[in-house]
Amino acid sequence: MAKKLWKGNKAMAEAAIQAGCRYYFGYPITPQNEVPEYLSARMREVGGVFKQAESELASINMVYGAAAAGGRAMTSSSGLGIALMQEGIAHMCATQTPCVVLNVGRGGPGLGTIMASQQDYFQATRGGGPGDYYCFAYAPWNLQEACDLIQLAFEKADEYRMVSHVLVDATLGAMMESADIKENTANTENKDKKDWAVDAFAGRKDDDHRKIVGFWNDPPEAVAFNRDVLKAKYDIAKEKEVMVDVRNCEDADVVIVAYGTTARIALNAMKIAEENGIKVGMVRPITLWPFPYEAVRENTKNAKGILVAEMALGQLTDDVKIAVGPDANIQHYGEDALGGVMPSPRAIYGMIEKIAKEG
Amino acid sequence: MSVVYERTKGLNQNQSIYCPGCTHGLEHKLVMEVLEELGVLDRTIGITSVGCSGLMFRILNTEVVTSLHGRAPAVATGVKAVQPDAIVYIHQGDGDALSIGMAETISAASRGENITVIFANNNIYGMTGGQMAATTMVGDKATTCPAGRDASLDGNPMRACELISQVEGAKYVERVAVYDVPHIIKAKKAIKKAFQNQIDGHGYSFVEILSTCPTNWHLDPLASMDKVKNEMEAVYPLGVFKDE
Repeated sequence: MAKKLWKGNKAMAEAAIQAGCRYYFGYPITPQNEVPEYLSARMREVGGVFKQAESELASINMVYGAAAAGGRAMTSSSGLGIALMQEGIAHMCATQTPCVVLNVGRGGPGLGTIMASQQDYFQATRGGGPGDYYCFAYAPWNLQEACDLIQLAFEKADEYRMVSHVLVDATLGAMMESADIKENTANTENKDKKDWAVDAFAGRKDDDHRKIVGFWNDPPEAVAFNRDVLKAKYDIAKEKEVMVDVRNCEDADVVIVAYGTTARIALNAMKIAEENGIKVGMVRPITLWPFPYEAVRENTKNAKGILVAEMALGQLTDDVKIAVGPDANIQHYGEDALGGVMPSPRAIYGMIEKIAKEG
Repeated sequence: MSVVYERTKGLNQNQSIYCPGCTHGLEHKLVMEVLEELGVLDRTIGITSVGCSGLMFRILNTEVVTSLHGRAPAVATGVKAVQPDAIVYIHQGDGDALSIGMAETISAASRGENITVIFANNNIYGMTGGQMAATTMVGDKATTCPAGRDASLDGNPMRACELISQVEGAKYVERVAVYDVPHIIKAKKAIKKAFQNQIDGHGYSFVEILSTCPTNWHLDPLASMDKVKNEMEAVYPLGVFKDE
């Protein structure tokens, strides 16, 4: 499609349509309401199915049913709603049914605020449902990247039979920005490979009763599934699917680690630092899971200090600590900028300056 | 020699997963016989719930999607959205359909989803060991109302058919029992109608089957059948509640 000015939530919804998503189930919650509003009309235009569910519990389970039947399905919500979906997401991991979950993040904890925040990092990367499982977690920093990553999220979900989270904050959903949404991006190979989906024998002559189960009565069977199926594919994903944006890290005194909107704001802090003669680099994780541990480690090892900037109390910071170890100089920016109070380039610069001077 | 009766093709040879005297197995058999007679066994997708019937995936010769507790109507909605020509049915118990999954039950009915719901009301939580259910009758003992359900302390039993028949999207609602042959024949007729409705695109059908739980009722199989006939029927009257 030609480049044009879009409202964030609507553009992300259209990107899903262009990625071949034909099944959407969701429940209203601010700040993502334009997604279901847009899709309620658009899905029917393209011959898809839109249903407004009775709750987020229902919407993720409708998504699960559609995915189990081989459909390319998605839902969208915000932190509270995603919390209600966690059991369903865990069951989708157990049954290896793919989908995309778009989280237009708001501030927490609990009801919190309806404004921008990045406090759902743990929710996306550590889950909250039962058992050992991981989901892809894509974290774009502008609308173009959001549209591209939603489309990629569908492909990776199908390829790995996993759930893909796309994590943006309320700013990106509400803001108007230009984006060139790629058309018809669905890789039909992934669709054709769904030889596990229930299809009521559509076009098949075999008598193989496909069963989407995700329940083990036999302990060794549970061990084998967790180890040989789930862990095996998570290991491959960690090896192959990490996405990271690294800028100016060679000979930088300070390296910022940030993602999403905060990373974008931190660019301005980097400019101020350059004007003041301080060498600053940035490592921006694009996938929060799998996390770019190696890129963070390699690009920060010669810096005097690391500044982790996030609209949260220190969630991304934990992954940075895992990457670089407990002895590194890690400073955190974020407790004054969450729940709608946006990060300030000046404040971020202030911390950069302090690290550059004091180490 | 002519065959007058044989095992339905809808059930495999795996061992029954139910306790002796439980009517779940009989209910599966009736459903599978109906699907076979209607010629749709090969395009059926069964949606399991959580509870004893959750294990039915092991004995069914149809495609199956397992659901989390209470979510079967939502899962069925998703499956049917993608496979509108499939015959999609749910088999769920009282804890699943009326307690944790009430919103899904009522909402699927209200949307008029073209699905068939087989609802087993056995007055108790069977799989977890006999706790009080939404359907436990006043006075009946359960592990979480050991002195017997006291309406003033534990609330009142819920009547599914009475409730669902009020919902506009529901087309066919009937309560049946399976404690003797005439009732089994009637139950099979109701099940057949519920599936024929779906085949015809007529919409949401709900069949409640008064079921037994000898293990948790602490009764033998015959006494359990008598309890359904003499006690449950009084609280849960049989009959057609809606047929549009």
